[in-house]
Amino acid sequence: MNDNSMEKVITPSPWGGQGRGLTLFEKIWDAHVVQNVTDGPTQLYIDRLYCHEVTSPQAFEGMRSRGLKCLRPGQIFCMPDHNTPTHDQDKPIEDPVSKTQVDTLAKNAEDFGLTHFGMMDKRNGIIHVVGPERGLSLPGMTIVCGDSHTSTHGAVGAVAFGIGTSEVEMVMASQCILQQKPKSMRINIEGTLQWGVTAKDIALYLMSKLTTSGATGYFVEYAGSAVKGLSMEGRLTLCNLSIEMGARGGFIAPDEVTFAYLKGREYAPKGDDWDKAVEGWRNLKSDDDAVFDKELTFQAEDIEPMVTYGTNPGMGMGITQSIPTLDTVDEAGKASFLKSLDYMGFKPGEQLLGKKIDYVFLGACTNGRIEDFRMFAQLVKGHKKADNVTAWLVPGSWMVDSQIREEGIDKVLEAAGFEIRQPGCSACLAMNDDKIPAGKLSVSTSNRNFEGRQGPGARTILASPLVAAAAAVTGVVTDPRSLMLNF
Amino acid sequence: MKQKFDIIQSTCIPLPLENVDTDQIIPARFLKATTRDERFFGDNLFRDWRYDKQGEPKQDFVFNQPDFCEAPHKGIHEILVAGKNFGSGSSREHAAWAIAGYGFRVVISSFFADIHKNNELNNFVLPVVVSEDFLAELFASIKADPQTEVRVDVPNQTVTNLATGRTEQFDINGYKKYCLMNALDDIDFLLENQDKIEAYESAR
Repeated sequence: MNDNSMEKVITPSPWGGQGRGLTLFEKIWDAHVVQNVTDGPTQLYIDRLYCHEVTSPQAFEGMRSRGLKCLRPGQIFCMPDHNTPTHDQDKPIEDPVSKTQVDTLAKNAEDFGLTHFGMMDKRNGIIHVVGPERGLSLPGMTIVCGDSHTSTHGAVGAVAFGIGTSEVEMVMASQCILQQKPKSMRINIEGTLQWGVTAKDIALYLMSKLTTSGATGYFVEYAGSAVKGLSMEGRLTLCNLSIEMGARGGFIAPDEVTFAYLKGREYAPKGDDWDKAVEGWRNLKSDDDAVFDKELTFQAEDIEPMVTYGTNPGMGMGITQSIPTLDTVDEAGKASFLKSLDYMGFKPGEQLLGKKIDYVFLGACTNGRIEDFRMFAQLVKGHKKADNVTAWLVPGSWMVDSQIREEGIDKVLEAAGFEIRQPGCSACLAMNDDKIPAGKLSVSTSNRNFEGRQGPGARTILASPLVAAAAAVTGVVTDPRSLMLNF
Repeated sequence: MKQKFDIIQSTCIPLPLENVDTDQIIPARFLKATTRDERFFGDNLFRDWRYDKQGEPKQDFVFNQPDFCEAPHKGIHEILVAGKNFGSGSSREHAAWAIAGYGFRVVISSFFADIHKNNELNNFVLPVVVSEDFLAELFASIKADPQTEVRVDVPNQTVTNLATGRTEQFDINGYKKYCLMNALDDIDFLLENQDKIEAYESAR
C-alpha cells in the first residue's frame, strides 16, 4: 500500500551542517537556538505562542502555583475556538462547561496581560486561520500552540509545531521550549494538478502513501512546481495536514505569493520595515546543496480527488478507487484495519462512489478559508442541496465571514439551500453542539476521521471542499468532476 | 505527577492495536476541564472503547477482562503495551494525564507519535520504544500468560520480558533520564537558565 518508489534515503546529515548547504528548516531552527543542552534537547526560542481555551487552562494553573508571570506577554495571543457555538455567539454559551472554559481563557489572558480575541471580536476565529490572516504568523518565525495543527502556520515559511500543555507552560514561563531537533524531509510535488484536484487532495494522497506515521520525527519542506503553484489558502491547507502523516511540522519557503498575502495585514510590518523584512525573507530558502535526511517526489498528475474510507487519515484513496482487500494489509495491521472498516460499516474491496451520506461539513482549520468557500459555492451554483443532507458551512474566522459576504458567496449558497454559520472549530471535533449523530455518515473537509471524532459513533469521510459540495447536492459520494460544468 | 524513576517490574495490560490516536485515549468531550485532575482523566481513559453508551463496561475491551481488570498498583498492571504509532493525532496532553491517572508508569510500543511521547515524559510516564520483534514476542507472552512481568531498568536503559528473558536497550537522552530519576521537570531547568534567554534576545 505504501508505494514509495521515488524515495531516496540519505545517510543522516551531520549536526550543524558543516561542509554542506543548509535546509531552510535548519536555518530557522539554528537562528533560534538559545543553547544545546549536553546529551539533551535544544533550548529553542519561540517567537509566537498561541493559546486556545482547551489546552491552556492547566498551563496557567501551573504558572499560578509556581508564582510565575509570563516572561514575554507581548508574544502570546489567545482566542477561544474549540468550544464556541456556531450560532448566537452574541448570547452566553448554553453549555455551562464550555462557557467556563471560554471564560477561563478570557480571565487568564487578563490576569497575565495577554492579547485576547474573544468571541464576537471581529478578529476571532480558529487560531490557525486567524494567525496568518492577521499577519501574526510571519516568515522565519518559530511558532507553537497547544494544538497539533499548528503546523498550518508553516505555510508562511515559519517553523510551527504543536505542543502539549506542559510545554505551553514552559513557553509562558521562559519564551523557550526544550525540544529534540527533528530530521529534515523534502516532499516535491511536480507538475500540474488535474482539474478538480485541490491542496486537500495532495495532502490526503501523501498520507495514503506515507501512512499516519510515515513522517514522524521529521519536519517537512513542501516544494516542487505544484506546491509553488498553490495559493496561500492552499498552502495553509497542505501544511495543516502535516501532522496527519506524523510530521511535527511542514512548511513552504516564502515567495511572492507569501509576501503578497501578508502585505498590509494588521500585525505585518509596515512601510520601510516591510521592505526590510521582505528583503530578509527572500533569503529564507534551502541551499541548492542542502542535504535532506529524506526526500520524496510525487507527480501532481497522479493525484485525483481523494476520500478516506477508514478511521485514520492515512486510510485514503482516489474517489474512483476501491477500498483495499484484506490480503494487501500486513499481519500486524489486520486487526486495526478490520476494526476500522467495521466502525465505518464498509467492506474491503468496495467503492465509496454512490454511498448515501447524511451530513456535510465545510470548515475547520483545514478548509475554512475564503478559497474553500469559493470552491464550494462554484460547484453548488445552479444545484440544490439534497434533501437527505444536513450541511454545516462554518467559516474559519469572522474575516472569512466578511469576505464571503463581500464577494456575494453567501447569496450563491443561500440560493442553493445552504446557510452559513458563525466561526469556530465546530464539527471538526464536536466540542460544541455541532455533533454528527451516532451512525450517520459525514463528508467532511476537516482533518481527522478518528472514531467518534465528529461525535460519539459518527462516521467520517475526509475530502476536499469540492468533493463535499458534490456530496451535498447529490446526497451520495460523487466525483466532483462529473458536476463541474461551471468551471 | 512528579515521581522518581528507578526500576519498575510489573505485569502488563496488552493493547495490540496500531495507530491508537489520542481521540481514543481521551475523547474530546472530556477536554473541557480547566484543572489537571488526573483521576478524572484516568477514569475516562479509552472511554468509548471501555464503556457503552449507557456507561456499562464493554466486556470485549481488555481493561474489563478478568485477567486485566485489576487497577494498576505496585507491580501490577503498571505497564501498558500497545501496537505501533501509539498516541497519534491530537496534541492533547489530557491523553498523557489519563494514562498517568489510570496508574500506568510505562508504555511500551514499537513506535510513538512525537507530541504524545513528549507529553508522557513531561508527566512522568516513561515511553519505552522496543523493536517490532520484541513487541510481537511480548504480546505473545502476555497472551500465553497474563501474569507475564516486564522489568524496566531506567538507570541501565534496559527492558526485559521476564517470560522469555529477552532484553533490549532503549533510548533516552541523558538530560531526560536525569530529570526522571530525580523528579525534575523542564520548567525547573528553564527557570535556572533565564540569563541565557536574555542574552539570546539582546544578541538578535
